[in-house]
Amino acid sequence: MLSLIVNGKPREVDVAPDTPLLWVLRDTLGLTGTKFGCGEALCGACTVHLNGAPVRACKTPVSVAAGQKITTIEGASGKAAQALLQAWVELDVPQCGYCQPGQIMSATALLTHNHRPSDADIDAALDGNLCRCATYQRIRAAVHHAAAKMRA
Amino acid sequence: MDTTIDLGRRDFLKAGAALGAGLTIAFYLPSGLAAKLPAATTFKPNAFIRVAPDGSVTVIVKHLEMGQGVNTGLPTLVAEELDVPWDKIRVESAPADATLYNNLQWGKMQGTGGSSSMANSYLQLRRAGATARAMLIAAAADMWKVDAKSLSTRDGMVLHASSRRKAGYGQLAESAATMPVPQDVALKPARDFKYIGKQFKRTDAKAKSNGSAEFAGDLRLPGMLTAVLARPPSFGARAAKVRPDKALALPGVRAVVEVPRGVAVIAADFWAAKKGRDALQIEWDESAAERVSSAELRQRYLDLLDKPGTVARNEGDAATAFTAAPTKFEARFEFPYLAHAPMEPLNCVVHLKDDSCEIWAGSQSQTSDQATAAHIAGLKPEQVFIHTTFAGGSFGRRANPASDYIAEAVSVARATRHLDAPIRLMWTREDDLHGGFYRPMFVHALSAGLDAEGSPVAWSQRIVGQSILAGTPFESAMVKDGIDRTSVEGAANLAYAIPNLHVDLHSPRVGIPVLWWRSVGHTHTAFATEAFMDELALAAKRDPYLFRRDLLAQQPRLKGVLELAADKAGWSKPLAEKPGVRRGRGIAVHESFHTYVAEVAEVSVRPDGSFRVDRVVCAVDCGLAVNPDQVRAQMEGGIGFALSAARHSAITFKDGRVEQANFDSYPLLRISEMPQVEVHIMPSEAAPTGVGEPGVPPLAPAVANALFAATGKRLRRLPFETAELRSA
Repeated sequence: MLSLIVNGKPREVDVAPDTPLLWVLRDTLGLTGTKFGCGEALCGACTVHLNGAPVRACKTPVSVAAGQKITTIEGASGKAAQALLQAWVELDVPQCGYCQPGQIMSATALLTHNHRPSDADIDAALDGNLCRCATYQRIRAAVHHAAAKMRA
Repeated sequence: MDTTIDLGRRDFLKAGAALGAGLTIAFYLPSGLAAKLPAATTFKPNAFIRVAPDGSVTVIVKHLEMGQGVNTGLPTLVAEELDVPWDKIRVESAPADATLYNNLQWGKMQGTGGSSSMANSYLQLRRAGATARAMLIAAAADMWKVDAKSLSTRDGMVLHASSRRKAGYGQLAESAATMPVPQDVALKPARDFKYIGKQFKRTDAKAKSNGSAEFAGDLRLPGMLTAVLARPPSFGARAAKVRPDKALALPGVRAVVEVPRGVAVIAADFWAAKKGRDALQIEWDESAAERVSSAELRQRYLDLLDKPGTVARNEGDAATAFTAAPTKFEARFEFPYLAHAPMEPLNCVVHLKDDSCEIWAGSQSQTSDQATAAHIAGLKPEQVFIHTTFAGGSFGRRANPASDYIAEAVSVARATRHLDAPIRLMWTREDDLHGGFYRPMFVHALSAGLDAEGSPVAWSQRIVGQSILAGTPFESAMVKDGIDRTSVEGAANLAYAIPNLHVDLHSPRVGIPVLWWRSVGHTHTAFATEAFMDELALAAKRDPYLFRRDLLAQQPRLKGVLELAADKAGWSKPLAEKPGVRRGRGIAVHESFHTYVAEVAEVSVRPDGSFRVDRVVCAVDCGLAVNPDQVRAQMEGGIGFALSAARHSAITFKDGRVEQANFDSYPLLRISEMPQVEVHIMPSEAAPTGVGEPGVPPLAPAVANALFAATGKRLRRLPFETAELRSA
């Protein structure tokens, strides 16, 4: 048994310690907002926060996350996350939508520490999050939009 | 514009007749609601609309929502004719039913592709909405004992102006269901449109942002098991010997079964199944496999360029005119295999029972998926129920006549019937890139002659590449006189006024599975024709924009977008210089799927040859833009998708094995590489055409032409070899 803290709640899971956190979230805990895209930390679709920092759940063994604070898109609730979720809808960012929870998790980590990101800051924070529909222009605009709302 | 658009009208009427035969006014009593609400019946005037007692209107969408926005664009048509406020609209995916939900452009087949969703639904859904509205009005007229002509509708209500009475649609639903279905309803004139052509929001943006949108792989059914397949290392290989012991010994692994497309490990969850697959010991028999290498295939194709092919178009005498022309030009273009690589690796859930098969999938081709599943399961097609979920991208990959991943899942479910469990089939990214069904590799040879005034008088194009349709059920209908039209579309119908034209085709057979990939043949024909056109303009010492415009004098829609893009991009003004880089601007224009798009790309090239596309100005004529913001979104996305391939992508083979495995070896465009995109929509009253694909074709040639303008180097192979752009 491993003890996890997921979205503020303690959870006990009976899984092999080498299981990637992604599959514990998706298959064991049913938190399917975190997506599987590559399994090799190359696309960012599985981005979650470990103690507030963005990590790729597909390459993070669950044993590494034991006892630490894990936040998934389902638990993204702070000021930055709320502003981003709203901006994503206002600007109609998603197309297929599959990568967007991961994009928002990466963007949340950025806005939590940087309330006035430049285009270059956004590119640096989100370059690891692929979007096959190429919604990048709207992602960039929505991050700026959310940042402006947070400052207002 | 009025309502006499003839697009698809005949098809609509045909389908309408079929639809009438199956029309049922069903009665549905939601438990517990009946006592509280004025009406207890959901009103189902036709296959596309459900008006619930609470006044919400559910639109049944027959196409797959894979990002292109059908779950927004199609309900817009209903909201418009039915006068429903947008927040009352709900969306549901249609079940597989080729009679009720066929694509009107495809005959009796349900499916999504060819940028056809809006074009084939435009009148169908407006009529569905107008019919429902007429029946709700009839119900109100009956209730108030007034003439139906004295009634109007607004925001989900029927109004009687003189008595100031009003009734919500929910309240009228029960009675409306008893009204006769009108046979001929008038559609709104365009001047009264409140939704069509206006900007409003996607119905799925919130769920797709907060993670609650359900994709097939997110489904959790009681007792569900997960299957991961080991597939052959080369196409056509077979498992000769399987030793499952190590896999079966792993915790969570329930079974190992051989199925036609590989060896499946079935386990409690994905990770156990994946570990099980990694532990399988399989000897593959590659004696019948395709063992080709890319370099060898390339040489075979280049050799074919010297031999006449099957003629796809012939006007005048291109050979004689070329010989006589004072200025001659020849060039060859090369295109690799490409993978669709949707962000969501292929997956689906199958629950097979003795007399039914339930499937949850982001199905892009329900009718062939249903037929394939029925065949494998030993059932009738009507015993196969498909729940179409959101697809995490597709770009053509899930519209596969072979229904490959559906076939795998059903064959696994069949082989594990003794487990009596729903089966979730999951692909990994490596499975996706190794799994075949690529955009075929192509080579083109072009030659052209200019007369003394610099006008093109001869144009010949020879195309070599696998037929997508050969060997599929569509071959007989879509391959005519040896020409797979998807191989030559965008080339055989070249729109430029050139008196002597010749296009021919070789379709070599290669054992690599191929498929349509966002914009299909236009992915390569637009590049070859528009990059070559630039070379001709240069040879004629003409501005490439003006050169094209003159040759398109008789093509008002192509000329229109060309002028709009050039104007908005500031083509007549010199491009601003930037220190340390060589800058250039290029233009291209192309029609695909009856939509006309021109793009102007601006690039900056660094001394080492690496480059950035700074800005793309796009002009699109898709007829009436039903949702302008989603038209813009599809152009933005199409441009990024095309740039991704042009910069980065190639699937290559060594002895039949794919050399790429994941996003490190098959990179995609990242946010830092995304240009600033501006989209300008040509005002139009013509019938709407699709926008999912047409943004793709002009991008790569516009960038190649811009790179030439910046560096003087012509790149005729995709993806671009930036080393060739180094400063001397």
